[in-house]
Amino acid sequence: MSNHAHIDEHRDDEGAKTGMWIFIFTELILFGGLFIVYSVYRYLNPAAFHLAAEELDTFIGTANTVILLISSMTIAMSISAIQYQNKKLTLILMGVTILLAVAFMVNKYFEWSGKISHGIYPGSPTLMEASQGEILFFGLYYAMTGLHALHIIIGVAFIAYVMRLVVKDEVQHDNFTILENSGLYWHLVDLIWIFLFPLFYLIT
Amino acid sequence: MEKEQHTHIVKYKTYVFVLIALLFMTFTSVAITSLNLGPYTVSAALLLAGCKSLLVLLIFMHLKFDKKFYAIMAASVFLLLGCVIFITFLDYLYR
Repeated sequence: MSNHAHIDEHRDDEGAKTGMWIFIFTELILFGGLFIVYSVYRYLNPAAFHLAAEELDTFIGTANTVILLISSMTIAMSISAIQYQNKKLTLILMGVTILLAVAFMVNKYFEWSGKISHGIYPGSPTLMEASQGEILFFGLYYAMTGLHALHIIIGVAFIAYVMRLVVKDEVQHDNFTILENSGLYWHLVDLIWIFLFPLFYLIT
Repeated sequence: MEKEQHTHIVKYKTYVFVLIALLFMTFTSVAITSLNLGPYTVSAALLLAGCKSLLVLLIFMHLKFDKKFYAIMAASVFLLLGCVIFITFLDYLYR
């Protein structure tokens, strides 16, 4: 409209951030519920869960953990970079985050396709011959890592959108709440993986 | 006032140290679980995961530097989850 529209721009940084946190809490409760389902079934079928967990590749799991932890650091650093008014570094750090997320998904692709080629997927003939506990383990494995992977894809889209805003100077050193929020979302994805990794890959 | 809130800039170095700590805990948990310590394996792995998530929440997610209000809310959610897990297992262990 007019030039002074910029001066009394309506903005509520605190509110935006609080909203993001409340959303994150709902996500934590969603995954928390799934973790409870997992632990109860593990408690009821200890032998089958032990057998099934041996099938998972700890190396891929560890590699993906390292990838996600590094990507969490880069997105956190991008917030410092924007505060130091270093636009280029902000964009580089966000780009690295997205690249690492893609690397995570590539790993996940190989992991899942490996399992599927061995005939392990929900409803497969091989799995139907296995015990009830193994069916539950792989059902939960696909559901929980799949839901987590969906969050990775959404996180990448969110970060890419904020990157565009940084390029257009709509996110700057004094106005970066949306960057903080995309960072919070990304850390949530990391947080969930921190628990998924030991539960599925480490504890056998 | 609002500006004051946002002027806290976390140093890059802090993040690097946190990442090193997180990676260290990851490799420790991989090593511990490969040792086969029986029932302690699960508790050790979950304890390390808990420490890692605390670091992510406090430093990466800025709960340590933001208003206390956010940290209190986050703690309540984890407390709620803890209670639900506790009650669920009271049921399954003693039914």
